[in-house]
Amino acid sequence: MTIGIDLGSRTIKLAVLKDGQLDSWQVVESSFKPHLQSQELLKAYPAKNIIATGYGRHLAKKHFAQGVITEIKAHALGARHLFPGCRTILDVGGQDSKVISLDANGKVSNFQMNDKCAAGTGKFLEMMSTSLGYELSQFGEAAAKSSGNLGIGNMCAVFAESEVVSLRNDGHSPEDIARAVHMSVVDRVAAMLERIGIAGELVFSGGVANNRCIAELLEKKLGRTVFVPKVPDIVGALGAALHQT
Amino acid sequence: MSEQFQVKADPELWAKLDMDVERFSNIPPMLTGVFNDVFLSQENRPQGMGYFDNMVSNIFTGRIQEMYDAREEGRPVVGTFCVYVPEEIIHAAGGVCVGLCGGSQGSIGDAEKILPRNICPMVKSAFGFKVGRICPFFQVVDFVYGETTCDAKKKTWELLDEYVPTHVMEIPQMKRERDKKLWVEEVKDFKTAIEQQTGKDVTETELKQAIETMNAKRKAMQRLNDLRHHDPSPISGRDMLLIQQIAFYDIPERFTEKVNELCDELEARIKTENYVAPKGTTRLMVSGTPMALPNWKLHNIIEKSGAVIVNEESCIGTRYYKDTISTDGTNMEQMLEKLTERYMQIDCSCFTPNDDRIDQVIKEYRESGAQGIIDYCLQFCHTYNIEAVKLRQACEKEGIPFLAIESDYSPEDVGQLQTRIEAFIEQIQD
Repeated sequence: MTIGIDLGSRTIKLAVLKDGQLDSWQVVESSFKPHLQSQELLKAYPAKNIIATGYGRHLAKKHFAQGVITEIKAHALGARHLFPGCRTILDVGGQDSKVISLDANGKVSNFQMNDKCAAGTGKFLEMMSTSLGYELSQFGEAAAKSSGNLGIGNMCAVFAESEVVSLRNDGHSPEDIARAVHMSVVDRVAAMLERIGIAGELVFSGGVANNRCIAELLEKKLGRTVFVPKVPDIVGALGAALHQT
Repeated sequence: MSEQFQVKADPELWAKLDMDVERFSNIPPMLTGVFNDVFLSQENRPQGMGYFDNMVSNIFTGRIQEMYDAREEGRPVVGTFCVYVPEEIIHAAGGVCVGLCGGSQGSIGDAEKILPRNICPMVKSAFGFKVGRICPFFQVVDFVYGETTCDAKKKTWELLDEYVPTHVMEIPQMKRERDKKLWVEEVKDFKTAIEQQTGKDVTETELKQAIETMNAKRKAMQRLNDLRHHDPSPISGRDMLLIQQIAFYDIPERFTEKVNELCDELEARIKTENYVAPKGTTRLMVSGTPMALPNWKLHNIIEKSGAVIVNEESCIGTRYYKDTISTDGTNMEQMLEKLTERYMQIDCSCFTPNDDRIDQVIKEYRESGAQGIIDYCLQFCHTYNIEAVKLRQACEKEGIPFLAIESDYSPEDVGQLQTRIEAFIEQIQD
């Protein structure tokens, strides 16, 4: 049994691997002391072999993990395990988004991450859903109801927020604005994907992939299938568990 | 020595230089802490680094006193921001040349009270140092000699002139024959400006001597860089960066001597197989924009992630010393022309086209035995940022792992940079 644990900016994800297959998993919101919280979660498992990834990986290594790998490598391993034809990964998490290219053997050949900016991340969607008065979990659904083509011009989360306020004051419906916000995220990540070049199957992972509206708009925008794992949050944790120390 | 290292303070001297002494007094202890963490925590450093550590210890005191004394003797102390300003002419006039580029987050706030926020952090940092009176180098210079290598700089000089006399040298943006003519004229104007400061003409003998002095310095740095290319590395990238930064504020003759002593030590180290990183350590080369003191952010992250840096293709790096001046010139006119020819070989991205630089990066990659290139671009440095596209294309063609990083001096993106750099190392190792 091996365990992969992904200490992300918003959540901690844990994947348990038995005989090379995903056996169980957990996703919990992270607290101020993610290593203590992780150790608490791990008490339920007898595994000795724990590989950590995510922003808190070094903290985990210091306290309990046997090894660390970066989120880039973890997503490559995890996505490839779930989709053997995967050559391109889009991962959109709480505080960053990344695109990863894999070679024919599944090795990372190139990757890009968003620079110091919240645009195109889960945090951006969260801020916008709050300013529109939606629960984050209902935000995608609301956007999907709109068929409008309203756009927001601002990539910056701070300016986008004031733009959203102006749009509301102009009388646009919350659904139309929600769609515009979703579209801005899609435009941003599509540009990242096009920059790196899409090959093979495109897998969309990370918490934001739970938002069906983003995945569908992205499919439309790119004109190709976007493969979303059943539990997109745990791809990194799964990859960490798959990593051989 | 590592226990006692301290960046020294001299409030009396600082007061004479009209510094904000109270505020500046916080800086030496802060720098002491950072220096301990980034440099003195390294194991098995060459003995010869002692001299350079000492240069850091005296950065706000002993070295400033030397410059202050020079100024009192009537020797011009000239602050510069770019490797295009011909320091040979300053030395020929008996002057002191000091590189003033700002590499600290601490002065950005001062600058942003006046300058727009979305410009290069190096320009902001430098300007902020002067506005806040928190850089003794800036306070000790007679005047500043700026240039036109980027928009942020050339427009900032107009504002800087209100605080310290600032001359501007025009650097063309292309390298055609007519640009060379302009350049030679600019070099001559520069010489005249220096001569006006000293009140006497620079002689051919003085210029010849200064050219030889600077050639010797650049050759010593070439020798050091060649030795550091040895696999495994006999010296860390952090220590190499530090030496290349000190090159901009030390006395050339003394610096050359100490670099050559260090080279002798590294030769001996290589013979006895005494290295700073074991065989098999991932070797990375950094290219791109300069890292001015005390900008050690990227080097610190890279080397603490387990790789070793084996080359810096940068203004504070090979661009400063890869070329020397031909000593064929016999009269003043010829000497100035040869000097200009040397400066024209510097391949800054402010030139178009600038394909020589792409070739140079690939050449240095091969010579240094690196396994990947990290291209470092200061935020808002458009020319290097755009040129990174060409560099990436060239690296893809050559099968060279390439990572482009855009960052400033703030600590907020350290976590993300660490992830990208570690992932890049994994990519190379797999």
